[in-house]
Amino acid sequence: MLTFLQQLLNGLTIGSFYAFVALGYSLVYAILKLINFAHGDLFGLGAYIGYTVFVYAFGVVGTVLGLWGLLAAGFVAAALGTAAAGLIIERVAYRPIYPIGRLPAVVSALGMAIFLSNFIMAVWGPRYLAYQEHFIPTGFWQIGEFRIRVLQVLILLSSLVLLGILYLVVEKTTFGAAVRAVALDRETAALMGIDFLKVIRFAFAVGPALGAIAGVFVGMYYRQINFTMGWVYGLKAFTATILGGIGNIPGAMVGGVLLGLLEALTAGYISAAWKDVFVFAALMLMLIFRPTGLLGEKVAEKV
Amino acid sequence: MKWLRRWQGLLSQKPLRLAFLGLVISFLVSFPFWASRYWVDVGFYVGLYALLGLGLNIILGEVGLFNLGHAAFWAIGAYTTAILNVRFGIPTLALLPISAVVAAGCAWLVSSPIIHLRGDYLCIVTIALGEIVRLVLINNPGGLTGGPNGVVGIARPVFLGHVIRTPMDFYFLVWAVVILCAIGLRQLQRSRLGRAWNYIREDEIAAEAMGVDVRALKLLAFVVGAALAGLAGNIFAAKMRMVSPDSFTFMESCLMFCIVLLGGMGSIPGTILGAALVVLFPEIFRPVAQYRLLFFGLALAATMYFRPGGLWPRRRTAEILVGQTER
Repeated sequence: MLTFLQQLLNGLTIGSFYAFVALGYSLVYAILKLINFAHGDLFGLGAYIGYTVFVYAFGVVGTVLGLWGLLAAGFVAAALGTAAAGLIIERVAYRPIYPIGRLPAVVSALGMAIFLSNFIMAVWGPRYLAYQEHFIPTGFWQIGEFRIRVLQVLILLSSLVLLGILYLVVEKTTFGAAVRAVALDRETAALMGIDFLKVIRFAFAVGPALGAIAGVFVGMYYRQINFTMGWVYGLKAFTATILGGIGNIPGAMVGGVLLGLLEALTAGYISAAWKDVFVFAALMLMLIFRPTGLLGEKVAEKV
Repeated sequence: MKWLRRWQGLLSQKPLRLAFLGLVISFLVSFPFWASRYWVDVGFYVGLYALLGLGLNIILGEVGLFNLGHAAFWAIGAYTTAILNVRFGIPTLALLPISAVVAAGCAWLVSSPIIHLRGDYLCIVTIALGEIVRLVLINNPGGLTGGPNGVVGIARPVFLGHVIRTPMDFYFLVWAVVILCAIGLRQLQRSRLGRAWNYIREDEIAAEAMGVDVRALKLLAFVVGAALAGLAGNIFAAKMRMVSPDSFTFMESCLMFCIVLLGGMGSIPGTILGAALVVLFPEIFRPVAQYRLLFFGLALAATMYFRPGGLWPRRRTAEILVGQTER
């Protein structure tokens, strides 16, 4: 029972990472019908920006604002920096290409993914960097044998709050209606006077910003980051997106958490070495039997 | 970029095309005799990736099925060769067709349940497939695949008593296979089958309405494409004399995908050109080794901007594809 609870908590934590990253894929896919392969590496970029702020601002910001101020500064910087990178990539590599066709856009996205991970390697070096203990909240609560880390609570809470806010923005505001309209039909939405470039910019700013937050959390949780982390998490998060149903926000959330739980429970009970095989097999089964994902709607085929 | 189109126009005239073909063949044949061993090795990799690209070109280029897991079939071919040679002592060259058949069989098995998926969904399943194959190889089921270290000690292939060992030998082996495959695929493109494949790519529903067995032909594309990857796997295993899961990552599948789209979907010379670019690019940029992949990423995006139909698109479809949004 204890192992189960502990694995459940681990699964929820990892699931939150995936949910954060999955949202970026989902938003862009909903609007452009493009798999943004560079998204995973934007997440990696976020982790590195956060690291840089923590290391170099530790002396100044850390003494003035304390640990929590430093953490906030790191998250804000990572989110802003990565959002800027997302917007630049959209402007340079996607906007000129996506009117041409879907496949050129996919290649361009792959190109950007390769570019970004190598950019990270060129700037920060190919070795693992360690998130040091003094800028990570290390406290925990102990209930009997069961241990909850402050960091885990922080991760779970922020994923709930941020994704909740995003959900409300998309579902309840006028701008959200515009986003949904563009997702349904870009041309008609444009005819109705919706500035779809604005919607696209929203997707390419918010998605990477959330990914960056996840990146910093991953750095804190596992204590180390590497320039290849974008590929690894990107692929998993993308799987989560599909599991939940691509193009909708609660779907990305559910998919992420489900994937995290699946991973933690197979690692805990079956075999850690085979957990990824189970994850991808689950993805394949899901696509064979319910191709639109758990929360996805059936889309009629246009002839 | 107009010169490229004019160049293609020139090549549509038969004497000029034959002359060009002769020039290319004589370059390919003479290359290892005047180039250094290092560059002959590079030439070998161009051939290897051309073979992989030609296989994926059938699936992605001819039929339009998004396959981002082609490295899986390559891995299956390589491991078939490695295991059968090391465990059972079957000669490596004799395993060339067997690797192709095994890869094709696996492709048929795994793609049968997923072949009804379309577009991006198929793309994702193939990514998952590629990862599953790689992870299974790492996990060493039944002690067969040797885990992360792979299988070592593959015997050198022997062709009519001549041991294939130098870079030049391998260069000729791989290019012989590439040219044979290219000729075969050229014939296939012009056959009923090739036209049916292109029909599915352009409009699947219309093709089905005209009586094309879409499911069977899509499966066939996967099978033939995987068979070529199996051949490449055999040659790769023979060259390296070892196989390990590190060689068959998602990145490799991405590179193959880029090869086909850089060259031009469904274009055989384009695919070979794409393979040459993808292999040569890092070699040429070796002086700035640390940044070469950075430039490679940018170059991919730039090529798609300037030549969305690829560098050497297939003529018949070139006029239609440029500027048209696909569904």
